[in-house]
Amino acid sequence: MSQTTKYSSAELLTINAAHLLQDGDVVFVGVGLPNLACNLARHTHAPNLVMIYEAGVIGAQPARLPLSIGDPNLVSGSLAVCSMYEIFALYLQRGNIDVGFMGGAQIDRFGNINATIIGRGFPDLQENYQHPKIRLPGSGGSMEIAAWANRCYIITPHQKRRFPEKVDFRTSAGFLGGRPEREAAKLRGGGPQAVVTDLGILQPDESGELILTALHPGKTIEMVKENTGWDIKVSSELSTSDPPGDEELRILREELDPLGVYLKA
Amino acid sequence: MNKLISLSEAIRRHVHPGDTVYAAGFTHLIPFAAGHEIIRQGINDLVLARATPDLIYDQIVAAGCARKVIFSYMGNPGVGSLRFVRAQIEAGNLEWEEYSHFSMISRLQAGAAGIPFMPMNPTAAGHLEQVNPQYRHLVDPYSGGEVVVVPALNPEVAIVHVQRADADGNAQIWGIVGEQKEAAFASKRLIVTAEEIVSEEIIRSDPNRTLIPGFIVDAVCHEPFAAHPSYTQGYYDRDNAFYLQWDEISKSREDVQAYLDEWVYGVEDRAEYWDRLALEVKERLKVRSGLSSPVNYGSY
Repeated sequence: MSQTTKYSSAELLTINAAHLLQDGDVVFVGVGLPNLACNLARHTHAPNLVMIYEAGVIGAQPARLPLSIGDPNLVSGSLAVCSMYEIFALYLQRGNIDVGFMGGAQIDRFGNINATIIGRGFPDLQENYQHPKIRLPGSGGSMEIAAWANRCYIITPHQKRRFPEKVDFRTSAGFLGGRPEREAAKLRGGGPQAVVTDLGILQPDESGELILTALHPGKTIEMVKENTGWDIKVSSELSTSDPPGDEELRILREELDPLGVYLKA
Repeated sequence: MNKLISLSEAIRRHVHPGDTVYAAGFTHLIPFAAGHEIIRQGINDLVLARATPDLIYDQIVAAGCARKVIFSYMGNPGVGSLRFVRAQIEAGNLEWEEYSHFSMISRLQAGAAGIPFMPMNPTAAGHLEQVNPQYRHLVDPYSGGEVVVVPALNPEVAIVHVQRADADGNAQIWGIVGEQKEAAFASKRLIVTAEEIVSEEIIRSDPNRTLIPGFIVDAVCHEPFAAHPSYTQGYYDRDNAFYLQWDEISKSREDVQAYLDEWVYGVEDRAEYWDRLALEVKERLKVRSGLSSPVNYGSY
């Protein structure tokens, strides 16, 4: 591992997300950085990763980077194709997915995610929803992925507006109001296991609250606190993440995203 | 029965003002040619249902043909926001009804199976279920646990684009199959557009590939390149550059209008649209062949 190579924030996010994947994992892949992270893992430590796309493609090995999650190159050379109902019912709801990747405009203290609206601060949920400040794309598959994938990982830049104490709209479930509440809901998935940001890694403690467990090289606790919307706790076992390796950067830049579509950020 | 008619005739006969329309296809095989024909005919007051409205509904909404959208992901896939639909919703000019992907597709599945609703396991997220009264919670009569249910969706008309069909409407699809089959069976009327019209013999040579039987089809239209800027697996690639370009076009109403004037109102049909596309675009979208190994059905 080299300490000298320069890397972008997107590269840092992608490489740390790739490290969370284990060989043999069955992963519900999203577009953008999760897609890069999964492909990177498959090219390095997890050659037996099974990539599943919500369009209904199983075991994709895309030669070129897909722009959307329904590109034709996902199909050619894949293991199987099924309907959208089947991918959600037989694969996700039935419990055949190890890992789900999520994004979202807001992630709160208990790992709940908002991908629906940024509100104007009305006390009433319906009013906030009907008259949003910003209308976001909505759930897509994230409501079900968050509930039923064994492990969920969230990738997002670390900004205060993205980490409020409480989300404006709960599109998908983290630990709800805390771990006991999620357990009472009897969801089959384990909930969010890690949030990878450009500053470090947050993980849930025994109560389900996200705490800082790792900092990326050169980042500080103060930077994390300044950019988090609640008084974030720091793990007593705070570690420093490994910097991106030269080989990982080479694969990302030369093989996976040579045009810098996702990595230029 | 030969159901082969022109697309303009099919839209005139089967799409009426006020209809709920399901133009099917998850990223793949999106029936843009039919969407543009709806715009040209000025059919209005439509309720547009699709898991991902995609650019096709952005354009139909921009043309003033829609009263409402029903969706589960309102984005430009892989690019970002679906600007026109979003702006109309934010401005209060467009009704909407929102689901997650699984609940949206479960509505179609129930509609296609002829049952009143579809149960799903709870997701505990809660808020979408609070703002959309179509979501209900029921007690599972067997275990006493809880299920979430959504009602069947039975659109007045579905439009499905396919690689090949025969004149009777027996239709074959490969590649991403999304929700085409469910939309076809759920709808009351069904228009099939096809890249190729083939003989019944070719359909019968590979029956596992037939998603839609001809007897539920109302009209079959021969429309090569009907999915552009979406794609048809094995025929032409997704025009990702146009999806990125639409992100710029849809920033201004004038640019959207100019687009519609040139590429929708300004052409008579899909053949003229395709003729007008630049040669370099057509070159870029060409697909090298990748044949599957033939399977042996046997002769009995």
